Amino acid sequence: MDANSSHPAKVARSKLWFYGPVFVVIVLLILLVPLPQAASTPTDRTIRIEASRFQFVPGEIHVNPGDKVTVELISQDVVHGLSLDNYNFNLQAEPGQIVTGTFIANQSGVFRFRCSFTCGNLHPFMIGKLTVGSNYLLIRGIALAGLAVAGAFLSMWFSTTRHSQGVR
Amino acid sequence: MTRLDLTRFPKMNAALKNRWPQFLLRAVTLAGFTFTILAGLMGSVVGSHNFAIIFVWIAWWTALKLFFIPFGGRSWCSICPIPMAGEWLQRGGILEPGKKKVGSGKRWPRFLRGNWLQAFGFLLIGLFSAVTLTSSKITAIVLLAIILLSLVLSLIFERRAFCSYLCPIGGFTGLYAQAGPVEVRVKEAEVCAAHSEKLCYDACPWGQYPLALKSSANCGLCMECLRVCPKDNIAVNLRPWGSDLQADTRHNLSEAFLGLVMLASALVDSAIFSGPWGNLKMAAYTIGSREWFLFAGIFMVSALILLPGFYALCVSWANKLGQKKRTLQQALARYSQVLVPLGLMAWIAFTISFAFVKFGYVLPVISDPLGWGWNLLGLQTKAGVGQSSAFVQILQVIVLAAGLFWTTRVTRRISGSNRQSIPLILFSSVFTLGMLWLLIG
Repeated sequence: MDANSSHPAKVARSKLWFYGPVFVVIVLLILLVPLPQAASTPTDRTIRIEASRFQFVPGEIHVNPGDKVTVELISQDVVHGLSLDNYNFNLQAEPGQIVTGTFIANQSGVFRFRCSFTCGNLHPFMIGKLTVGSNYLLIRGIALAGLAVAGAFLSMWFSTTRHSQGVR
Repeated sequence: MTRLDLTRFPKMNAALKNRWPQFLLRAVTLAGFTFTILAGLMGSVVGSHNFAIIFVWIAWWTALKLFFIPFGGRSWCSICPIPMAGEWLQRGGILEPGKKKVGSGKRWPRFLRGNWLQAFGFLLIGLFSAVTLTSSKITAIVLLAIILLSLVLSLIFERRAFCSYLCPIGGFTGLYAQAGPVEVRVKEAEVCAAHSEKLCYDACPWGQYPLALKSSANCGLCMECLRVCPKDNIAVNLRPWGSDLQADTRHNLSEAFLGLVMLASALVDSAIFSGPWGNLKMAAYTIGSREWFLFAGIFMVSALILLPGFYALCVSWANKLGQKKRTLQQALARYSQVLVPLGLMAWIAFTISFAFVKFGYVLPVISDPLGWGWNLLGLQTKAGVGQSSAFVQILQVIVLAAGLFWTTRVTRRISGSNRQSIPLILFSSVFTLGMLWLLIG
């Protein structure tokens, strides 16, 4: 390899050392940078959830950050439970019985709630969804997907440049 | 490209050539398989309390996607117990080939070759997944049927006909093994070309000729070629991930179909098992009902028309943008490689949530495998509810984004230009966004 041909390869390599860490930093920023939630006045909400094999009705609930949420769980057939991911919140209802519990929606994002009492074959998949505020993780995921495509093209360009210059 | 031949290390070479380690591992998996069938037939009807459901659909299915395939390609196939009995009869010996071989040794019909039947088998699993994955008896019956079918086919057809053309899991592992970091190849092509006996081909249960191997999709890593090669010319390489996905590798239309079925199944399974839609779960569960037929119809239309149609549209567009003109069939087969990293990472992302949340079921069934109230090992007897955490969700996002990164690189590598790669990147992006929405939306 002569001096003239090695020059662009060295440039490509130095650019890789620069753009690689920059890429990682952007990934971390997209994933971790705190984002403000839309301002909303916390309110008291009462949500009635009917549980039957193997579904919650409603299966999708949306509340605002800071809301005081009271859940009324009523079981339509056998004993069912309701356990909310990331919140220390668990209810258990006998058939026909209404049980209530309250929690403050102080964590934003999307959280699954699951039946916590074995109720039949599909019990492990009896799931509902609580969204508190905006689902920023989905937005971060979309941004990361865009970055993945751009990063792939960039990495291919580096590979092509390095290989065309005979760098191993 | 960089390769590390494991046979260069004398102890590793000896271990790979020796039939005993593999035989012992297969004996363990066969014992586990037999116990799983018994537990399924005799144990608790509540799936989450039965060894059969938890070990097949949570422990093994998770291990296959998170460990065996990403780190070993088709390594599971090398210790799978399903073809063991048939293979013993075919070669007339348990540990080593004997003289008295059993079976007709017919060739598999040409029109049934490829991955078509495996893809339809996987579609069938998807159609009945809500029942199969949750009913221990059905799981046991399916496993029993599979092992009997494998045995019968071994007596009629040569080699591993069931594994190569029918096993849905074989289709799954074979497709994604192309992205795996393990391969069997010859060391020196000239040595093989000059050797007329072809003992490796005769010994291969998969019907592969190592000199002609360009893809790991159909190599079950059984190491028989390594054991019989008199020239010591077989290498077992560790290689970079995705090495089979190149511009000059050959692929066929059935691979594209299989890849699309896997993508559709990943979407449908994510919706059923991770989604909040109770009506969908019940529709998938109540087989034979009006709702189930509606679910089956939507699933079939998505898997056989919508997704393949979108893929064909993108491939056709990419084909038009290229300088080298190919027929649509050639282009569909060539771009099937794009579906490999895309599907593999989507299945891993889906499995992460499944594994983290449901793994709590594993310890209790070890202590009480039949769900009869035993506590053999003094472990916790009641499974926790299981929770998905912020860490799991972020991990899923990273895995899906990494899958799109990898897929974009493969797409660009096999396309003639940046412009030509855009349609398939659009296809991959839409699929990735769909998975993102289903898993963390």
